[in-house]
Amino acid sequence: MIDPNTVQHVNVKVFLKEPQALNLADVVPIFHRWIREGFLQEMLVDVADYRHVEAGPGVLLIGHEANYSLDNRENRLGLLYNRKASLDGTFQERLSQAYRAAIAACDRLEQEDIFRGILKFDRDTLDVFVNDRLLAPNTEESWQGLRGELEAFFQGFAIERQGEPRDLFRVAVTRR
Amino acid sequence: MKASNAQWKGQLGSQIPNQLGAELDVFEHEIALKQQGKIEDRVFAETRLRRGAYGQRYDNGQRADGKATRTLNYPSTNTKGPGTLWDAPGMQRIKIPFGGLNASRLEMLADLCEEYSDGIAHVTTRQDFQLHYIHIEDTPTIMRRLASVGITTREACGNSVRNVTACPIAGVCREQSFDVTPYARAIAYFMLGHPDAQAFGRKFKIAFSGCKENACGLVRLHDFGAIAVTRKTGGETRRGFELWVGGGLGPVPQQAKLYDEFVPEEEILPVAQAIGRVFAQLGEKKNRNTARLKFLVSKLGIVEFKRLVQAEREILQHDPRWTAYLKDIPTSAELPLKSPALLQIEPVFPHGFERWRATNVYTQLQPGYATVTIALPLGDITASQLRLVADLSRRYVRETIRSTVEQNLVLRWVSEADLPALFTDLERGHLASPVAGTVVDVASCPGTDTCKLGIASSRGLAGELRVRLAEKGAELDESIRGLRIKISGCFNSCGQHHVADLGFYGVSRNKNGYTVPHFQVVLGGEWTNNAGAYGLAIGAVPSKRIPETVDRITGRYVAERAPSETFQAFIKRIGKTECKKMIEEFTAVPRHDEDPSFYSDWGDPREFTLGDIGVGECAGEVIAPIDFELVACEREVFEAQLKLESGDIPQAAAMAYESMLHGALALLRVKHLPVESGADNIVEGFRKHFFDTELFFDPFVRGKFAQDLFKAHENAGQPRTLETTHQLIEEAQLFIEACFSCYARISAAPVMAPA
Repeated sequence: MIDPNTVQHVNVKVFLKEPQALNLADVVPIFHRWIREGFLQEMLVDVADYRHVEAGPGVLLIGHEANYSLDNRENRLGLLYNRKASLDGTFQERLSQAYRAAIAACDRLEQEDIFRGILKFDRDTLDVFVNDRLLAPNTEESWQGLRGELEAFFQGFAIERQGEPRDLFRVAVTRR
Repeated sequence: MKASNAQWKGQLGSQIPNQLGAELDVFEHEIALKQQGKIEDRVFAETRLRRGAYGQRYDNGQRADGKATRTLNYPSTNTKGPGTLWDAPGMQRIKIPFGGLNASRLEMLADLCEEYSDGIAHVTTRQDFQLHYIHIEDTPTIMRRLASVGITTREACGNSVRNVTACPIAGVCREQSFDVTPYARAIAYFMLGHPDAQAFGRKFKIAFSGCKENACGLVRLHDFGAIAVTRKTGGETRRGFELWVGGGLGPVPQQAKLYDEFVPEEEILPVAQAIGRVFAQLGEKKNRNTARLKFLVSKLGIVEFKRLVQAEREILQHDPRWTAYLKDIPTSAELPLKSPALLQIEPVFPHGFERWRATNVYTQLQPGYATVTIALPLGDITASQLRLVADLSRRYVRETIRSTVEQNLVLRWVSEADLPALFTDLERGHLASPVAGTVVDVASCPGTDTCKLGIASSRGLAGELRVRLAEKGAELDESIRGLRIKISGCFNSCGQHHVADLGFYGVSRNKNGYTVPHFQVVLGGEWTNNAGAYGLAIGAVPSKRIPETVDRITGRYVAERAPSETFQAFIKRIGKTECKKMIEEFTAVPRHDEDPSFYSDWGDPREFTLGDIGVGECAGEVIAPIDFELVACEREVFEAQLKLESGDIPQAAAMAYESMLHGALALLRVKHLPVESGADNIVEGFRKHFFDTELFFDPFVRGKFAQDLFKAHENAGQPRTLETTHQLIEEAQLFIEACFSCYARISAAPVMAPA
């Protein structure tokens, strides 16, 4: 069984309530402005636009420590926080950091003038990934190692392991 | 950057060939030494480049955000090359010799793009893959993981033998002389790390093609291009290659010269080695702008070059690898997974199948089999799509997958009866776009998205054109459906715009006190016949008006083409003057307050800039004389093209040279420098005030464009050939572009407010 505290690069994706309400083109200038105005705690570098790829990574705000994106993998649009830099502390602390960063970005996007009242994230429907196949392959062993930690953090949520062995370790988190 | 980096080495140890593992250990040590300040920037830069770890835009720590250029505060102040910050994300290029892939390789690329990059693997115009936004400290792990599936990134960049390309349908092509795959594979691994290929002044590109007429190999734009041919001797058919050398695109495109009509198969590797030795010994080393093999071949002449290569060949010590692979060729051909079976006429095919089949399916030489193209938008593919292709390559074929120079993938040896089922499976992964080889399948280099050299957004424009052309879908006239559009973000031509029907490369213009993104329109290029002819620029159009320009040019072709007239023949028939007239109405740029959209690029809402250029106060209301003078220079270059087209070589050369002089003079005037009349005075004045001061220097090619002027001046009045005049016109065009850029830099200098 894996030691949860060795697991880094925790990702959190918060899905949109009405994805059709979002035109991804509108996100591009917002991300550029976020870089200019230094809105987020991470150091931000660039914007990558993959709107031309169906069911792809969408529009990304590339940062040094983490990327934020309006991610459309599996045609499920949501705000993805992808932690790239390692963090000290326990798995709980890393999960908490990723979750808070994702929710904060959702809050900010919802408050953007162009999205106010239109864009709504469903904070009760999330995916949690570990973006490192060596530290946490998508196996039963990883699931057993991380399940308790995830359940402790997401109290009142149902947690279900997702994907096939080749995928990143991923769980779907939904409020009961 | 990744917490698991230290563990991967132990995990993969036994799966990596010893020598490669040792090389990667060395690279990892070099990274550590660089972090300790024990390796010079330049040395480390070439070290990582030879491992395919490239720089990326903003890696100097500066980024224009639409309002101002700001410093990116990376945590580390260390550098990984001159002016290249350690923590700045970079690009990892992954060599795929002849585009040869298999399911495990695709799965590995999927894992890597997800874990280290931005979720996208990008296929390049030379059959490589690229991953962007990579951290330098992750690169040894990425390389180890690639090595575990038989991929090396060694010599993917730097002054080395780059990826060896070949027709993606080699071996299954109906027109080929024979399958070039084993030869491409053999030369790729023979030249990899070869001692005779380590002292080049610039990169060296090799391509193989199975036939002369088609485009798949693009042999004539390569340093070393081999076309499969056979020769009958004494009742025996011998295999060999028509060998072309010294081709290349870049700022000064040159078509390859015929080295030999028949190099026997057993000689192709030793001849490549001998060419490498001559290139290493005599190729330019100091000035990288004239260091490609094409310059050496031009300088020596093909006859002398060949003599030197033959002399070198004669003294080469025999190497068994030259021919060892030949004995395996009869048994090394790919095999199908399934029996051949013709497509059955079903009552109802899946919706969209027949349209897809018309564009994306190639009937193989082998009856009952087809090659299927998976068209990737701008060469991009996601991790889950890569895994799907891996699965399908196991289900339908024997993992026979290749990447293409048109930034797509192909699945070879599909039993024709499986086509409907394969189509349905591909559609599930959004991989059944029916656009392969059509005008919608626009190719593009990375441009300003990620490339340090990009001037305009080639991918932004490509994406826009792709959407617009796809929307027209069935409305598109049959005659334009098969045209090729290729876009480069700058004059370096990575998008291969010279050989497209409609080519574009990014430039900028100073308009109304702002820098405005433009694209030069390049017409007359030939994709077929292994890139048989290069097009010439006819004028610059603002980026935002390129889609209208495409509509106008293609519309006129549809309306006025003679029966069976190709696009290239049509462009030639109507002539450059008419072509220029067609685009003229699109060259105007509205004032910033009338339409600010012209002042940003496709897909990028930031106000366009060439870096740190700002806008001087009051500049918006002033049109300086130089604006007119440089436009006049452009016109002179264009008129030189017309003269060349009419066969008047001396006049064409004289006009191209004059345009350069006038550009230089315009810059001297803008600096209010006194200049006496006469070419010598202009050139000397320019040398003193713009070259010696480096004011004219391009950030990347430095003084190259100025040196082109000096060379043109030195050779003024000398007899010229068609080819050297074509080259002079290209140089003049780029010199004028450089004048525009230089003027933009000068005019962006702070202007004092009136007292």
